[in-house]
Amino acid sequence: MTDPQQVAGAPSAPDGSPSGGAPSGGAPSGGAPSARQQERPARPAADWRGRGRRLGGAVAGASETWLLLALVILIVFFTVKAPGKFLTLSDFSLMGQDAAWLLVMAVGETFVILTAGIDLSVGSLLVLGGVMTDLYCIHHGGPSASWAAIAIGSLIGLATGAAWGAAQGFLVAKAKVPPLIVTLAGFIAAGEGVAYLITGGADFRTVPNRLVNTIGLGSVLGVPWLIVISFAVAIVGGLVLAFTQFGRYTYAIGSNAEAARRAGIGVDRHLIKIYALSGLLSGLGGIIALASVGSTSIAGHSFDNLEVITAVALGGASLFGGRGSMLGSFIGLAFSTVLLEGLIIIGVNEYWQEVAIGAALVAAVYLDQLRRRQRGGGRGRWAGLWPGRFGRQRA
Amino acid sequence: MTEPVLEARRLTKHYGHVLALDEADFNAYPGEVVALIGDNGAGKSTLVKTLVGAIRPDQGEILVDGAPVHLASPLDARGYGIEAVYQDLALAPDLDSAANLFLGRELYVVPFVRVLNRRAMRQRAITAFAELGIELPDVGTPVGMLSGGQRQSVAVARAVAFASRIIFMDEPTAALGVVQRGRVLDVIRRVRDRGVSVVLVSHNMPEVLAVADRVEVLRMGRRVATYTAAQTSVEELVGAMTGALELTNGGHPQ
Repeated sequence: MTDPQQVAGAPSAPDGSPSGGAPSGGAPSGGAPSARQQERPARPAADWRGRGRRLGGAVAGASETWLLLALVILIVFFTVKAPGKFLTLSDFSLMGQDAAWLLVMAVGETFVILTAGIDLSVGSLLVLGGVMTDLYCIHHGGPSASWAAIAIGSLIGLATGAAWGAAQGFLVAKAKVPPLIVTLAGFIAAGEGVAYLITGGADFRTVPNRLVNTIGLGSVLGVPWLIVISFAVAIVGGLVLAFTQFGRYTYAIGSNAEAARRAGIGVDRHLIKIYALSGLLSGLGGIIALASVGSTSIAGHSFDNLEVITAVALGGASLFGGRGSMLGSFIGLAFSTVLLEGLIIIGVNEYWQEVAIGAALVAAVYLDQLRRRQRGGGRGRWAGLWPGRFGRQRA
Repeated sequence: MTEPVLEARRLTKHYGHVLALDEADFNAYPGEVVALIGDNGAGKSTLVKTLVGAIRPDQGEILVDGAPVHLASPLDARGYGIEAVYQDLALAPDLDSAANLFLGRELYVVPFVRVLNRRAMRQRAITAFAELGIELPDVGTPVGMLSGGQRQSVAVARAVAFASRIIFMDEPTAALGVVQRGRVLDVIRRVRDRGVSVVLVSHNMPEVLAVADRVEVLRMGRRVATYTAAQTSVEELVGAMTGALELTNGGHPQ
C-alpha cells in the first residue's frame, strides 16, 4: 500500500545502480544557476500573497469543498422532494443523534485510514464496549445504578475497546499482518464471538436509567448530549490531527512509512497508539449507543464499519494513506447520513438504501484513485479520467 | 594533517557469506568534499550505511573528531551532526516541504502537548532554502507535487539544515537533468564553505573531479586508494576502481 513512486526508489539503495553511468551527462561546471530557470523563485517578501493564493487554491482544490457542495445539493433535493419534512431543525437534530456513535468511530477511523490502514472492527468493538459497560452496571445497581457505577462501567468499556485496538495495532505494526485481516478477525471475534459469549446471545436490556435519561435522551442548553459528546470528540480529534505532532506523524506514516522511520519517528509505536485510539473511540461509541438505544443491540452494528469507512472515504481520505482531514470525514458522514435519512423520508424501499451506501463507497474510492493519478501524473485536472494512458504515475 | 572529522577504521561487515566490507578504512576531514567511489558491489552503500548508523559493523571502529563512537541508529549519528541524503530521498510526498524539512524534529508552540509551531517551521524552511539558493515555488506545496529536482533540493536542504559535521549524499545527481545537477553541485560547494564536510557517493567521474577535494576508492570491500582530486584523472580513478591499475603511488592513505 505504498506509493509507487516510493517503491521505485527502494530503500536498500544498492551499490551503484546505473552500471555504466560514469561519463554520462558530462560535468556541469556548476556556475551560477542559469537564467532560464524552470522553477519559479520563492518570494519570502511576498509571503502573504502566496498565503492568500494558497488559501484560495486550498478552498477550491479541497475535496471537502466539493463534498460540501454535494451535501448542499442533496439537502436541497430532499427538501424539494419532501417539502416541510426534511429541512427542519428537529430532523437535523435527530440525524445528529442517530449518527452520534458513527461520528465518534469515524474520528478513530480517520486516523487509521490516514496511516494507510483500515479498521473493520469498529462496530464490533462498539458492541463489545457497550456489553462490558452494561455488564458492570447490571451487577452494580441495574436500572438504578449510580453515576459511580456507570462511570466505572464506562471505563471498563473504554478500556476494553482500547486494549483490543492496541492488540490489533500490535499485530499490524510488529507482526506485519495486514490491517484488513487483523481487524476483520477482530470484527468477527469481538462482534460475533466475545459479545455473544458474554451475553449468551440475548441483548442486555437493563441499562441504567441515569445513563439513558441524560446521555441518551437528555440535553444540555437545548443541545442533545449525544450531539455534544460526538461533536466534541470530532473537534478534539480534528485539532489533534491538524495541529499536533501526533497528527503530523499520522500523515507522515501514511505518506511514506520508511521515510518516517528514517526521520526517527517511532512508527510501530505510533501505529499501536492509533489502533488503540480507534478501539477506545469504538468503546465510547458503545456507551453512546447503549445510552441512546437502551440495549446492547449486539446484532445491530454489523455494517457500522462500512458506514464509517464510507464516510471517511467520501470525506476525501485516501485509502492509501497520507491524505484526508477530520472536517472531510465529518462532511462525509453528514453526506451519507443525509442520503440515508432522505431516502427514508421520500419513501424509497429500505433495501435501496443499502445499495446507495455501497454505490457511495465505490464512488468515493474511485474519486480517490482519480485524485491520486492527478497528483502523481501532474498533467492537469482531468488527467485521471483516462486511466492508464494519461494518468500515469511519475516514475 | 588535521584530525579527521569522521574516521572509519577497519570496518568489516558480512551479509551471510558475502563480505561487504573487508577492513575498510575511510577518512573525512573538516570542510572538504570527499568523493567515495567504487564499482558496483564495492561496498560503498554498506560503508555509508554503517557511518550514518543505519547498520552496525561486525568489527571495526568509527571515530568522530578522534573519539570512538557507537552509532546504534541514524538518530545516534544525527546526534553527532551526521546527516544523510538517501538515494530515494526519504520524503513524505503528502507533506509540504517545510513539514518534510522538520520531519521528526518538529518545533512546538506548546512542547508539553506537542502542538506544532507551523509558522516558525515555515519561516525557517524558507530561510534554509534561501541560504542554499534552492528555489521552490512555495514551501506549502506537498512534496509529491514538486519536480524531481525540487524534491532533491528539499532532501538536501533537510540534511544541510541539521548537519553540523558531515553530510553523506548517495548519488545525489543520478536522477537529475543537467541544470539541476549543476545546482546540486553548487549546493555541495556551499555546504563545504560553511565548514561542513560532504561525502559524495557517485558514479559520475567528471562530476567527482569537478566538485571533490579528495577521492577515496573502494574495491571489494576495502579502501584501495585515496587521491587529491586536483592531481588525478578519470582514467586513474577508473583504473583504481576496477583494479586495472596496480596501486603504488596514490594508493596509501594520506
